Amino acid sequence: MNLLSYLDVVLALLIVGVASTTIAARDLFAAVVGYVAYGLLLAFVWIRLYAPDVALTEAAVGSGVTGVLLITAGKRLGALKNAAPEVQPAFTFKLLTGMLAALVAGALAAAILLLPDPPPSLAPEAAAAADGAGAGLGNPITAVLMSYRSFDTMLEKMVLILAVVGVWSVGADKAWGSAPAELRQPKATAPMIFLAQMLAPVGVLIGIHIFWTGANAPGGAFQGGALLAAMWMVIMMAQLVKMPRVDAQWLRVVLVSGPAVFLIIGLAGEFTAGSFFAYPPSLAKPIILFIEAFMVLSIAAALPMLVAGPPSERSDP
Amino acid sequence: MTPSVLAGLVGASLVGLGLYGLILHPHPLRKLLAFNLIGNGVFLVFGIVARRGAAAGFRFDPVPQAMVITGIVVAFAASALAVALILRLSAEGNRVTLDPNAWTRPNDGDAK
Repeated sequence: MNLLSYLDVVLALLIVGVASTTIAARDLFAAVVGYVAYGLLLAFVWIRLYAPDVALTEAAVGSGVTGVLLITAGKRLGALKNAAPEVQPAFTFKLLTGMLAALVAGALAAAILLLPDPPPSLAPEAAAAADGAGAGLGNPITAVLMSYRSFDTMLEKMVLILAVVGVWSVGADKAWGSAPAELRQPKATAPMIFLAQMLAPVGVLIGIHIFWTGANAPGGAFQGGALLAAMWMVIMMAQLVKMPRVDAQWLRVVLVSGPAVFLIIGLAGEFTAGSFFAYPPSLAKPIILFIEAFMVLSIAAALPMLVAGPPSERSDP
Repeated sequence: MTPSVLAGLVGASLVGLGLYGLILHPHPLRKLLAFNLIGNGVFLVFGIVARRGAAAGFRFDPVPQAMVITGIVVAFAASALAVALILRLSAEGNRVTLDPNAWTRPNDGDAK
């Protein structure tokens, strides 16, 4: 065993340990903080699996934005933060649950150890997509997302928009049209403002870079968009900008721009390249980057709106 | 043991841990957290399928990896919707859990 495999084992033990503390923690806040740390550790495992794109997404969306979402939700629950059963569940019930969980995990582990050999793979198709319709894309993941499985990616953008619609629609009737509740207290603290002023310009630059470089290297629209979304949330927390009203025209246009542009170009593929969601080979790369640019915008608007929650009638939370 | 088998076993234990928390925690936000652990475990298992499917000059199969990226984003969207529903439930009924036998208590003095 070399050093790297020891590191792998330590990493695996750390992840399972931190995940156990998020389940065992008494307090909601402690559980959420544990979850964010665990998400960052998980990103390292993805790097070890040669999946830097997934690692970036996991760190940005899976742990970062989800952490903000859960912490904000915990704050808003206020007095109702903790809940406990009046009577502790019987020991036998706990034991049975533990046995069920162990059984499921064991079956899954057995399935992993008994995976078929040689493994099935779609890599040749993906390589063809990277060379063919997605010509000039050095990053096979982007080629798969934007060319080989482009329909999935378009539908996934729709899911984001549907989730925003769903979140907005659980708001109270009389609050409709107003802005969601602010992410922080009425008064932003000086360190928060300083952080936002220092971090946001750099973060926006890095976000755009990750999107742009995603054509050839790890990165892409999801990861770049998530970073831009995080920067927008940081400056909203510092109250340098206001939370937008949910009936703002620009917000809605930005939200739907990603899937709309994707769908229009996909339909145009029927005439220009002979099939739905196909691109003319000579123009594939610029077209894909054009679609991705709008997807970045749409993701950067959708994620903060999902965290912010439904419109709220309170102007001062 | 290769790194990918190890990662797969981590994924399997995450699914187990998440299932345990999902069943036993009365607080819906904790249930949501546990459910996210299950999701991460499934993604990891899918990730080692991607790693094993290395072919055509890649060290991984890009198709499952791309689907995991899509999955992470969709999981976040579903979590956000669940959080909105949980907050609405607590605003309506002044209680946070659906378990009729559970009680909600303020957290170390920051109750309103």
